[in-house]
Amino acid sequence: MNMPLTSRFSTNILQFFGIMTLAAGAVCLLLFMLDLSPTSIAGAMAAGSFTSWLKFSQILSIWVPLLLCSCGLLFTFQAGLWNIGIEGQVVMGAIGATILLRLPEGVLPPTITIILSLITACIGGGLWGIFAGVLKNRGGVNEIFGGLGLNFVAQGIILYLIFGPWKRDGIASMSGTDIFSRELWLTTPTGWRVAPAALGLGIFIFLLSWFLLNRTRFGLRVKAVGINARAAQLFHIKPERYGLMAILVGGAMAGLAGGLQVTGVYHRLIPAVSSGYGYLGLLVVMLANYKALPVPLIALFFAWLAAGSIQLPIMLQIDSSLSGVIQGACVLSALLVHGLRKKKGAR
Amino acid sequence: MVPDLYSMISLQDIHKKFGTVSALQGVSLTVEPGSIHGIIGENGAGKSTLMKILTGFISRTSGTISFENKEVSLQSPQEARDLGIGMLYQEPLDFPQLSVLDNFMAASTDGNPARQRQMLTRLCAKFGFELNPGARQEKLTVGERQQVELMRLIRDQCKVLILDEPTTGISVAQQELLFATLDQLRSEGTAIILVSHKLAEIHSLCDRVTVLRHGKLAGEQERPFNEDGLLQAMFDTLPSKTSPPPQKETGASILTMEQVVTTAGRVGLDRVSIEIHEGEMIGLAGLDGSGQSVFLQMAYGLLQPEQGRVTSPLHEEDLVMRVFLPADRLREGLIAGLSIREHHLLAGNTSFILTGASGRARSEQAINTFSILGNTETTAEGLSGGNQQRLLLSLIPEGARLILLENPTRGLDVQSSQWTWQHLRDRLPEDGAIVFASPDLEEIMEQATRVLVFFNGSIILDRPTDQTSYQEVSRAITGQVEQP
Amino acid sequence: MEISIAVLLAGIAATAAPLVLAALGETLSEKAGVINLSLDGTILLSAMTGFAIAAKYDSIAAGFAAAAGTGMLVALVLAIISIWLGQSQVAVGFALTFLCRDLAYFLGAPFARIPGPQLSGLPIPLLADLPFFGPILFNHSIIVYSSFIAIPLLWWFMYHTPQGLIMRCAGENPEGCWAHGIRPRVVQTIYTLAGGALVGLAGAAFSLATKPGWGRPQGCEGVGWIALALVIFGGWHPLRVAFGAYLFGFLQMLGILLQDSFPAIPAQIFQVAPFPLMIFTLVLVHLGRNSKGNKLFLLRLLSGTPPGGLGKNYRPS
Repeated sequence: MNMPLTSRFSTNILQFFGIMTLAAGAVCLLLFMLDLSPTSIAGAMAAGSFTSWLKFSQILSIWVPLLLCSCGLLFTFQAGLWNIGIEGQVVMGAIGATILLRLPEGVLPPTITIILSLITACIGGGLWGIFAGVLKNRGGVNEIFGGLGLNFVAQGIILYLIFGPWKRDGIASMSGTDIFSRELWLTTPTGWRVAPAALGLGIFIFLLSWFLLNRTRFGLRVKAVGINARAAQLFHIKPERYGLMAILVGGAMAGLAGGLQVTGVYHRLIPAVSSGYGYLGLLVVMLANYKALPVPLIALFFAWLAAGSIQLPIMLQIDSSLSGVIQGACVLSALLVHGLRKKKGAR
Repeated sequence: MVPDLYSMISLQDIHKKFGTVSALQGVSLTVEPGSIHGIIGENGAGKSTLMKILTGFISRTSGTISFENKEVSLQSPQEARDLGIGMLYQEPLDFPQLSVLDNFMAASTDGNPARQRQMLTRLCAKFGFELNPGARQEKLTVGERQQVELMRLIRDQCKVLILDEPTTGISVAQQELLFATLDQLRSEGTAIILVSHKLAEIHSLCDRVTVLRHGKLAGEQERPFNEDGLLQAMFDTLPSKTSPPPQKETGASILTMEQVVTTAGRVGLDRVSIEIHEGEMIGLAGLDGSGQSVFLQMAYGLLQPEQGRVTSPLHEEDLVMRVFLPADRLREGLIAGLSIREHHLLAGNTSFILTGASGRARSEQAINTFSILGNTETTAEGLSGGNQQRLLLSLIPEGARLILLENPTRGLDVQSSQWTWQHLRDRLPEDGAIVFASPDLEEIMEQATRVLVFFNGSIILDRPTDQTSYQEVSRAITGQVEQP
Repeated sequence: MEISIAVLLAGIAATAAPLVLAALGETLSEKAGVINLSLDGTILLSAMTGFAIAAKYDSIAAGFAAAAGTGMLVALVLAIISIWLGQSQVAVGFALTFLCRDLAYFLGAPFARIPGPQLSGLPIPLLADLPFFGPILFNHSIIVYSSFIAIPLLWWFMYHTPQGLIMRCAGENPEGCWAHGIRPRVVQTIYTLAGGALVGLAGAAFSLATKPGWGRPQGCEGVGWIALALVIFGGWHPLRVAFGAYLFGFLQMLGILLQDSFPAIPAQIFQVAPFPLMIFTLVLVHLGRNSKGNKLFLLRLLSGTPPGGLGKNYRPS
């Protein structure tokens, strides 16, 4: 409890390597059993990732929404909530942004439209988060099932919009709405796969999250509510209110991720706009042991896996879901290692 | 010690450590069949721990246990059950959502419901209990839940029966029935161990008594008991009479309850009406769970009355002026994982933006004034019980006018307790009041200016401490009051 | 299009069969106090193993056995890390959900869209020819019959056997169990594994009967979450849980029927609609549960209290 900071830090590093070795070992074992070579797979996935800017910026384009979702989840986890509804919050953010981006041309200057669309994205995601929070506080619906239900509802809404009012001229299809006019795209320089503005926003949001959680009264109160809601009441903190605020902030960040996907990546609204980044964010934060600092690195690692695995079917005829297997193995190893340490500590 | 020719159960040199804290240090105990053996001692003396070791509920660090003169390992309750050792735990460890019959049948070797129902009815008739086998366990009173457990242990023909503070929270009639049952079991040859902190119970039931103090054996007596000797063994020093509390002039009303009814807690509150005035130091007496805790939570505003009204000149916005210190400090009062500094940041007026140094001066000052063993970054769970209490006391804001405390000296040694009381007396403002619940009647009579006795959710006695006696209050605790 | 009630009911019975099995499996483990949140992934992984093994060895029985084994294996991982090592059941279950899903797609890739064996119908002689009840109850595959039998069987086991009582005790109050001389963690492990096996069977019921074949997506994605919600919706009571599963089956059938009547509304809406509808019912139930006094009959029927020790890991000191 009063361990010197350096020794605590090195224990954490040691533990992290333990987790990674365990996960890598398990995945390698699986690959050997399937008669696949881990080295050639790693080679294929790594190819050019860190030498070619084009490829690295491809990874960053996944990193940004993943980082945003993970940051949002840090707040809800700190408040002791399992925000499984994050997928729906990403979707509602994307829808919120699209409302603005579909305004008839000339109503607003393009730059203003983009900025406003990102704000509506935050509002969309935040409101969707509040929804799950209210269901929990007022209806007694566990946030896991409330969130899950709202994910289904969001999926229904986006399908309805794409196949109904926002359908493409002529035919409605799973490929999404019409593409927005070019001036409503976030600028992406040639040779880049990620919009610098999106990258900047991602980094800014991470710093903001760290600051809010560790350097403000708000963050401290959220933490208190998450650890012991009963005791927090005695400090005149209303647990329900802080839970709602945490899910509002988290939802807004997830919504922003959805908005950036729309204006910066797809340039239209597609049914699979969330790409599962919300769920993946849950895994990132779990692997980070619910702490802010490791989040960007872990998110980058997961983004690299996701980007690299796209090469696998083409280069080695291996299914791209291998990246998900590795990510899952990492989180499960982390839980196993934490559990073993806890057991050892309890003796 | 003279070895007994035949002992039912014998514990030798039992040690138990929780982490680095020693709960038991070399306790030995022998119990004979057909006798009631009392175990007494202060709160935290290790009575419950010793009994839980005897049933295998918790493991011991070292020591041997013999049963019917043969050494046994006793590492799990299963083993204890097979030997015929059964225990009535202080908090009933039963299954509230299941029926009485299901609770009776749980873990029984015979799973035939018809036979078990018959057995239950027969045992109830024998001991004079009235239990409905189909009722849900959670609808029962604590006393009735205890009866179900007792029937179960009797059915399994326990040779050793352990009861941990069995009279806490049960009615007088239930207590009489329980004692009669114990008498009968003793005559049938059962070895009974009775854990209690009430000397009266020991006097009326036990053949022999063992005193524990700070996890060590502090004395043993055969009937007839010498009360002074027992008290001396229980306490480091006989509780000396400290000066009575200064009787302050009581002022205006600070909190009023009118006909308050709630079903929260074990017994709820039943039409409680009370007025608390400035300058009062009120002690809440009563058996554990008779309504004191619910009363404190109601006064603080954690609970809302289902009927009746709670009014106070301290408005909602002045919540800071009310403080509540719960009994389970780490689980209900403090936030594990947060440091002393962070607790002070949560409690005080803090700017929105914090730095690593925010609140350092304030918490350092608190550590000095309150002699907390720890530094600003020590987390709440890293503090000992006494220091956790000091931390809680240090968090009470300057202007607090209504200070509510639940068992303020629970788990504290004599020195810490005295320090706590001294601090609270100094702390009591002219325009404020302190209300505390305590299981220790002597503490209440010494510290309070007014005593409220709770029984089954009602206040059955309300007197200034200088106009009542120890005897009157202790009778009231068990439900006996003289009509004025 | 005219559809007789008998055909509709028979359709519901067949569509809901895997869901009934999965939800009953989850009821089993939750009643013993363990939340197995991994259902959605477990169903997919066992659907894959079931189909792969059945295709490889050309044996439906082997496929079902492999699927049940897979379900148990996942449950075992959960049991070790949660019950025995004290990590949050929700966290472990969630990680397993995604690990199993991706593992299923990864390992199952070679089996995608290949022809494989499929469970055939097994009409029960004489009974199948009964008017009305014949087609509803007695003209199905063996897995549908299993789902019929599993419902009363589980109910009987839980409420009318000593083992069932011990299982409920472990879910209700593990500490009390320990005091009574029962090892709650052993009991919980057993029923988590048993529940996992049922969930595994549900997976194979999809890939070998209801939605035969393997692919990405298989078509059973999302059902695990519904099964989890059903357990709450059914108040942890096997009969009510099964009722909920049939209600969901009805909603799905209704979606298919209405789709024909309203061609203007995209088909995808009808596919997702049962999911939020189910959740809204859940909210209604919760609100009914929280309000005191006179409850509607339906709400009273559906309300239930979670097992006292649900989701908490107990460790004797």
